[in-house]
Amino acid sequence: MLERILINGLVQGGIYALLAIGFSLIFGVARMINLAHTSFYMLASYGIYTLTRYLGIPAIPAAAISLVLTTFIGLATYKLFIDRVREHHVTVMLITMAVAFVYQEVILMIFQGHYLAAPPFVSGFAQILGVRVSFQHLLTFGVVILVLVGVWALLSKTRLGIAIRAVAQDSEVANLMGINVSRILLITMSIAAGLSAVAGAVIAPTLVLEPYMWTHPLVMIMAIVVLGGLGSVKGSFIGAFVFGFVEVSVVFLAPELAFLKGAFALVVMVVILLFRPEGLFGIAFEEERL
Amino acid sequence: MRKRLVFSLIACLLALTILVPGCAKEAAQPKEPATPTIKIGIIGPMKFVQGQHHWFGAELARDEINAAGGIIVKGTKYLVELIKTDSNEMLSPTDAAAAMERLITVDKADFVIGGFRTEGVFPMQDVAMDYKKIFLGAGSATKELCMKVKENYNRYKYWFRVTPFSNVNLVNNSLLTLGTAGAIMKQGLGIQGKIKVAILAEQATWADAMVAAYQAYVPQKLGMDVVGAWRPSATATDVTAELSAIQASGAHIILTIISGPVGIPFARQLGELQIPLASVGINVESQKDGFMSATNNYGNFETTLNTYAKGVAITSKTNAFFEAFVKKHGQTPTYNAGTYDAIYVLKAAIERAGSLDSDAVVVELEKTDMETTAGRLVFMGKDTDTPHDVTYGPGYVTGIATQWQNGEMKAVWPLNWNNVTYPGTVQWQIPDRVIKAYKK
Repeated sequence: MLERILINGLVQGGIYALLAIGFSLIFGVARMINLAHTSFYMLASYGIYTLTRYLGIPAIPAAAISLVLTTFIGLATYKLFIDRVREHHVTVMLITMAVAFVYQEVILMIFQGHYLAAPPFVSGFAQILGVRVSFQHLLTFGVVILVLVGVWALLSKTRLGIAIRAVAQDSEVANLMGINVSRILLITMSIAAGLSAVAGAVIAPTLVLEPYMWTHPLVMIMAIVVLGGLGSVKGSFIGAFVFGFVEVSVVFLAPELAFLKGAFALVVMVVILLFRPEGLFGIAFEEERL
Repeated sequence: MRKRLVFSLIACLLALTILVPGCAKEAAQPKEPATPTIKIGIIGPMKFVQGQHHWFGAELARDEINAAGGIIVKGTKYLVELIKTDSNEMLSPTDAAAAMERLITVDKADFVIGGFRTEGVFPMQDVAMDYKKIFLGAGSATKELCMKVKENYNRYKYWFRVTPFSNVNLVNNSLLTLGTAGAIMKQGLGIQGKIKVAILAEQATWADAMVAAYQAYVPQKLGMDVVGAWRPSATATDVTAELSAIQASGAHIILTIISGPVGIPFARQLGELQIPLASVGINVESQKDGFMSATNNYGNFETTLNTYAKGVAITSKTNAFFEAFVKKHGQTPTYNAGTYDAIYVLKAAIERAGSLDSDAVVVELEKTDMETTAGRLVFMGKDTDTPHDVTYGPGYVTGIATQWQNGEMKAVWPLNWNNVTYPGTVQWQIPDRVIKAYKK
């Protein structure tokens, strides 16, 4: 049973990690709790569905187009609704929540409440330690690793990354040092929306597309980000796998309570926070951010 | 000056476009007294297939009845007028009561038909009873809805269930289908010893009693072992872990109790991961035409209790209804389209009562004995545990079970059950993935 918990936990954790990294990034840099984050994942998923089913575009180009479109929507959302109120954190939360609901209702109007499926990039499965894992799930796991390495490389090895970290540490000082803070925030927002779209592209084929698909992951990734330590990408990554393992363990050890697997994960989060209120990798000093 | 002139001209043209068609309509209409209507509220989750089929079924009945001369009440002709109401019960069952309240008090519905989720139907039932409005259920299977009629007849006598039959009989049909599948698997695969069954039931009120019943009856009545019950959320989007755990349990068959979207990832992942298990029971999503596409064509062999299937003539009315529905909407009707039957049942009762008064119509509804698209409909009597429920069994309503075979929905049960076999029914098939695993 242990090997099944291990493999399935890694798969589930990978899905959460992919969604949580972007959310964590935008919080770390802009201190914004962007509640519309998972709505971009929903938009990307529906984008792929539309492009493949109605326009007959193969899955991989469809994912690339959808990624670009979703990133553009993310940028537009930031410019139109968030930029001017970004210093007011509660307002940002409310506005992003409202925006997410608008996207949800638009999707509901267009596609109704039908449950749909996006085509997978790869079909079939592999057997790992006797456990069957679909190639699409393995792809998700691989993409998580790539994204994590990519985000790390961006933040630590590039001038843009240094600027992002500077803004994350102290935007006023960064501004005085000649960094265009607005531009950095805009770029960070597009990276976050893009990451959400990447998540949509690789995860969507493993899920059911429906207009409310953004709500459950939003709750879970918020909890994951808090567990990992607000703004810590590394913490979010670890937090995602903690959640994945707890959820899968519930399914294996208490099958009749499988519907409570999310709740169990949240309880674990509460317990950890009681002993470590700043989260697993929460910052003690601003310099540690990201 | 010139601008003002142009604006005035546009304003006049706009006014004319609004007024002229109105006047023309007024002039064209003969001054006959309008035919009175009977307002029937159709309530359901209208953004979802269930509510849409509530509406489509009702529309079909309305069009047929109005074309055939309407409903005659003591010599007066009434036309059927439908009021569409979105209960939003899929997302927020608490919205359903408010929707029912509006339907009765604002839209002034004379009768109400619909409902889907038990959690939404209970509050809707209470609101309808408060106003003494006849509410014909066309979605929820929970027997407790009819037990209320027994407990407090004077208050709940306005509730009748037209479709489906109660969850008690859903259990019965599931067991019969499971027994059939188990026997075929045992014989076809040479399984020695007892067939092992894993229950996969979504977390929902209607499923709780069914899980308990399966745990007791599967060993007792079928001689099979239950290896466990898994209860994912009805809206879970990934059940890989559940399937992995079920496979590890050594089960041969998964017995499903699923009405929510979890039915799609379940069937898709079962097929995609080639998990060597058969699946029978209830999976409402697999009753829909879009099931194969929603599962990326991995949904083959999924078996579910059902009401309609192409070419399966349960009664002389089934095929005509099925074809008319498909022709008009391009979809296979789900059991929620039983609103069609409900309106005909209501029409007959109103005509017999010669009145729209709820109490008078209740008396006549209780006498219903009608051939509907789903079987012979007789409501259970006041002396039973569940008055006003659908009478189940051979000669009445039995339901069917369907299995996806080569991308087509085929009826697989009843087949020689108590002398009941509906034309077009074929034998249940062992999934290829299971045969392959056993050959190895």
